Amino acid sequence: MPLKTLWHRMGSPRWMYQMSGSWVWVLGVMATVLLIVGSLWGLAFAPADYQQGNSFRIIYIHVPTAIVSQSTYMLLGAAGLVLLVWRMKVADMVLATAVPFGMSMTALALFTGAVWGKPTWGTWWVWDARTTSMLVLLFLYFGLYALRQAIPRQETAGRACAVLALVGVINIPIIKYSVDWWLTLHQPATFKLTEAPAMPPEMWLPLAVNVLGIYCLLGAVLLAALRLEILRRERDTQWVRELVAAR
Amino acid sequence: MSVAGVFVGQLRREFKLLLQSREELANPLIFLFLALTLFALGGGGSPEMLRDFAPAIIWVLVLLANLLALEGLFRRDYDDGSLEMLVLMAEPLFLPVLAKILAHWIYSGLAMTVLAPLAALILFLPAEVLPTLLLTLLVGTPALSLIGAIGAALTVSLRRGGVLLALLVLPLYVPVLIFGAGAVVEAMAGIENMAQIYWLLVITMVALTIAPFLVSAALKISLEQ
Amino acid sequence: MSFETFADFLAMGKHGLYVWLCYGVAVLVIAGNVLALRRQRRRFFREAAALQKRREADSA
Repeated sequence: MPLKTLWHRMGSPRWMYQMSGSWVWVLGVMATVLLIVGSLWGLAFAPADYQQGNSFRIIYIHVPTAIVSQSTYMLLGAAGLVLLVWRMKVADMVLATAVPFGMSMTALALFTGAVWGKPTWGTWWVWDARTTSMLVLLFLYFGLYALRQAIPRQETAGRACAVLALVGVINIPIIKYSVDWWLTLHQPATFKLTEAPAMPPEMWLPLAVNVLGIYCLLGAVLLAALRLEILRRERDTQWVRELVAAR
Repeated sequence: MSVAGVFVGQLRREFKLLLQSREELANPLIFLFLALTLFALGGGGSPEMLRDFAPAIIWVLVLLANLLALEGLFRRDYDDGSLEMLVLMAEPLFLPVLAKILAHWIYSGLAMTVLAPLAALILFLPAEVLPTLLLTLLVGTPALSLIGAIGAALTVSLRRGGVLLALLVLPLYVPVLIFGAGAVVEAMAGIENMAQIYWLLVITMVALTIAPFLVSAALKISLEQ
Repeated sequence: MSFETFADFLAMGKHGLYVWLCYGVAVLVIAGNVLALRRQRRRFFREAAALQKRREADSA
C-alpha cells in the first residue's frame, strides 16, 4: 500500500479498529510467551550472581519495567507533539490511553527496586540517581493523569495533556542529569544499583527476552486500550452500532 | 502598536494591578518568612542544624512561595474576561505573556532574592556564601516563573486548580532545586560551584526560549471551550 | 538449572521472600492492566447495547 494511503487511513477510526483486532492477540500471545520464558529462564536457569546471590534475579522484572516506563513517557511526548502540530486523532487517543500503563510500570519498577535493595544493600530506599529520576517520572505520570481527570471537555483535556507531556519530555534529560550531578555530590559511589557489570550471556539473555516481552505487552495493552477508546468516541456511528448489535 | 509597546504596555498594566492589591502582593513574602520562622522553631533553634539545612530550606520555600504566587498569574484576568480579550486580540500572544511572566518574577523571584539575606540571617547561613545564594536565586528563579506559567496556563480555567498546579509544576522544578541548593551547599564546603550556576543559566535560557510559546498555546487551549 | 531441588528454587538462597514478592506483585500489576481493559470493554458493549435497545423502544 502506498505510504500516503496508509497515512490517510490512519485517520480513519473504523479502519484502525478493524486492522488492529488481530494485532492485539498476536502481541498479547508474544508478550505472554516471552515474559514467561524470560522469567523462568532468569529465575531457574541463569546462574546466581557471585556477590548478590539469588536476589539478583529481581533484575529480570525490574529492568524491563524501568525501561518500558521511560519509553512510554517518550511515546506520550511524541504523541503530544504530533497532536499539537498535526492534530491527529490517533495521537490524542494514545495520549489518553498510555498513561495508566506507564504509571503502573513506573510504580512497579520503583517497588521492585526497593525490594531488591533491601537484601542486597540493606535498605529499602536510596536517594540515588536512577531511583530519584524514576520517582520524578512517577509524579509526571500522576500530573498527566490528574490533569486529564480535571478537565471535563475531552478535546481540551487532550491538548492540555499534550503540552504537559511535551514539557515533561524536555525536562526528563535535565532531571536525569541534575540527579546524576547531585549523586556525585552527596553519595560516594558505593551503591551501584543497576550499573551492569559485564554480564555473561546466560545472565543477560533472559533479560533481553523479558525486555522484548514487556514491549510486546506495551503494544498489546496500548492497542487494546486504543480500540476501546475508538469505540467510545465512535459510539453513535453506524459501524459501531452494527458491531454492538452483532454481539 | 510596536513590539516593545505591546510588551511595556502589558508590563505597566500588570504593575498597576499589583499595586492595587498590596496584601496579595506581599503574600509570597509573608509565607516565606512565616515558614522560615516555623523551620527555626521546629529545628529547636540549633544554629548548626539550621545552617546545614539552610540552602535546602531557603530553596524549597522559594519554590513553594513561587507556586503560591503562580495561582494568581492568569486567574484574575481570567475571571474578569480580560484574558480572553488578550488571547483573541494580541498578535503575537507571547509578548504580553512574557510581560506577565516578567511581572510575576519581579514580585516573587526578584523580591525573594532581595530579601534572601534576611532569610540567611535567620538560618545562620555563613555570610561568605551569601553572594552564591543570591546569584543562584537570581539566575534560577526566572526558570521557575517561566516553567510555572505553563502549569498556571493549563489550569487557569479549573476551579480547584491549586493542588493540581503543584502536582504539575513541582516535579519540573526539581533540576532548579538541585542545582540551586547544590551550589550553595558546595559554596559552604568551599568547593568550586560555577558549573551549577551555568546549569541554572542553561535551564533559564531553555525555559525562556520555549515557555512563552507553550504558555500561549496552553492559554488558547484553556480558553477554547 | 541452577538449583538442586524445587525447595531450593522456592527458597532462592534465603532471598525467596524478596524475589517472589517482586514477581508476585509484577504478575498482579500486569494482570490488573489486562483485566481492567477487559472489564471496561465489556461494560462498553453492555451499556451501548442497552442504549440502543432504549432508543429502539423510544422510536417504536
